[in-house]
Amino acid sequence: MEIEIYGRIRGKIITTVFLFSLIPMVFLVFFLLYVQFDKIYTDKITNTLKTMVYNKKRSIDLFFEERIAQIKTLAYTHNYETLSNDKYLSELLNVVQSTSKSIVDLGIINQDGEHVAYAGPYKLKGVNYKNEQWFHEVLFKEIYISDVFMGFRKFPHIIIALMRKDGGKFWILRATIDSNVFNSLVQGAQVGEKGDAYLVNSDSVLQTPSRFGSQVLSKIDFLNNEVFNSIIDEKVLHLNKIFVGLSRIDIKKWHLVITKDGNEEMSQFNDVKIDAVLILIVFILIIIVGTFMVSKSIIKGLILSEKKKSMIDANLMQSSKMAALGKLAAGVAHEINNPLALIKESAGWIKDLLSEEEQEKIKNFVEYEKMANKIELHVERARSVTHRMLGFARRLEPAQENVDFNMLADQTVSFLESEALHRNIKIEKNLLKDIPLITTDTAQVQQVILNILDNAIDAIGKNGTIGLRTGYNDSENKIFLAISDTGIGIPQEEAKKIFDPFYTTKRPGDGTGLGLAISYNIIEKLGGKIEVDSTVGVGSTFTIYLPIRRIA
Amino acid sequence: MNTVKVMLVDDEVDFTEILQKRMKKRNIDTLIANSGKAAISLIKKEKIDVVVLDMKMPDLDGIQTMKELKKINPLLEVIMLTGHASLGIAKEGIELGAFDYLMKPIDTDSLIFKIQDAYKRKILQEEKIDSIKEIIKSRS
Repeated sequence: MEIEIYGRIRGKIITTVFLFSLIPMVFLVFFLLYVQFDKIYTDKITNTLKTMVYNKKRSIDLFFEERIAQIKTLAYTHNYETLSNDKYLSELLNVVQSTSKSIVDLGIINQDGEHVAYAGPYKLKGVNYKNEQWFHEVLFKEIYISDVFMGFRKFPHIIIALMRKDGGKFWILRATIDSNVFNSLVQGAQVGEKGDAYLVNSDSVLQTPSRFGSQVLSKIDFLNNEVFNSIIDEKVLHLNKIFVGLSRIDIKKWHLVITKDGNEEMSQFNDVKIDAVLILIVFILIIIVGTFMVSKSIIKGLILSEKKKSMIDANLMQSSKMAALGKLAAGVAHEINNPLALIKESAGWIKDLLSEEEQEKIKNFVEYEKMANKIELHVERARSVTHRMLGFARRLEPAQENVDFNMLADQTVSFLESEALHRNIKIEKNLLKDIPLITTDTAQVQQVILNILDNAIDAIGKNGTIGLRTGYNDSENKIFLAISDTGIGIPQEEAKKIFDPFYTTKRPGDGTGLGLAISYNIIEKLGGKIEVDSTVGVGSTFTIYLPIRRIA
Repeated sequence: MNTVKVMLVDDEVDFTEILQKRMKKRNIDTLIANSGKAAISLIKKEKIDVVVLDMKMPDLDGIQTMKELKKINPLLEVIMLTGHASLGIAKEGIELGAFDYLMKPIDTDSLIFKIQDAYKRKILQEEKIDSIKEIIKSRS
């Protein structure tokens, strides 16, 4: 029952301390790491990506602007006849390539779509482009940049074509962009191990290869037209931990896609997170241990103070019980002593009267006298009982009296004699004659003797011997009373605990476990000590030592 | 020969009556009062040497009665009777000038001895006072 209460209190302490110390910490860690840091980091990556997309888009735009400018310069500084010369065209290509490697070949196409001149690695001279889509686009737009296509060379490439009108006729200068140069320009934006960068056209067809498998001209599917159409400036999307930066290439209807792996970007930060969680766990463990230790010591203190309180309560109850008993005894004694006095005086008066009579004249004179004496005798007996009661009552007043230890022991035993007799327990007294008087509190010492005798009777149960021995130890100036029994004895390890409060071997309700604790206290206060010597199965001996001192 | 005059004060009527008879048989003259108040009025009328006073009585108890009696006659000797040996009351009584105390049930012979002792002390006290008075008289 009590253990349950303490357990509950302990549970409450642990829960409260634990929660109050844990909640702010866990909140802090999770709020900072998983909400704030995440947001800051995401913002940072998003902004970086935005800048990157913008820069890359600018450089791609610039690349095309430069190429167009180059081609325009070539077209407008030469006429059709000059450029139709293969040799000249080759020289021109060499000059162009000496400053910039971005153009692979040059070609001149007449208005019928015939490839009249070509300078470059492929054998394309004489091919007719009349039916090619780009041919019509360039006629229509004058300058045209193609998507990637296979064309006659059966190799994915991008061309820039420019139409020049010369009087009634027109001709076309076509240049092919070097895929390697262009691809590496785009792929320059591939960051880390999982970052990707590529261009797609409005049909989501790759214009430059993606880093992870997808070849040019294959379709990507994770972005749809809707997304592309919504792009105005630069845009960053989060798709399953992947940051996707998007931008339009103004010169074509292309889109620049740069992806960054969020996990990779945040890996460093994730390490910090793991560290923080580990530290958190360590702290939690420390708090748990601390909480348990604190609660344990609190409960220990609580139990101790509760025990002390109970001890005081028990002492108080014991003394108030004794005081009440004393009052009762005094009252009873007084009420009985008055009639006893009357009876005694009456008997005395009969004796007085009888002494005036002549013995021979009264038939039963001897009997009358005998009976009057008997009455006196038994009044005396009753008086001794009431005086004993009164003596007991008087002893409750705290006092320092000169006490004959033998008489005290004798008297105390007399209280339990009938019970001992009933249980067939023999009481053997071996009292030292002429034991010095001691100055002490009779009532308290008597209570101690009574407690020990009580225990001795309980230890024996039935059939046994209780021995009382008094003696005098000259060197220590102490007298002692040894009370031995032939009871069950006390095991060695238990012997240390018998003076502890609430230690009892009796059934609950039979004993408070306070008798010996109180006894120990009393004797200690009176300047003495109690010692116990016990053998299991043989019996126990309790020895009370009290100092011999006199009050001045 | 001066004979001692004793007043027995106890609320137990039977007790005082029997005691009176027994005292009379031993040639001790006694008067009876069965309450503190009766004792006070009696002492005003009669010349009394020793009072045997029960400590526990209704209305005026032994201590109060003794105080009143001592006011009227300071040389009065009082023997207290108690039903229980209350050290406190006995001590208080002795401090107030009681001669001694006995516990009930009493032994008549010891009571008579106590009465005689008390009477002797009273006579001594009276003689002392007389001689002091004479000295004062002779000086003045």
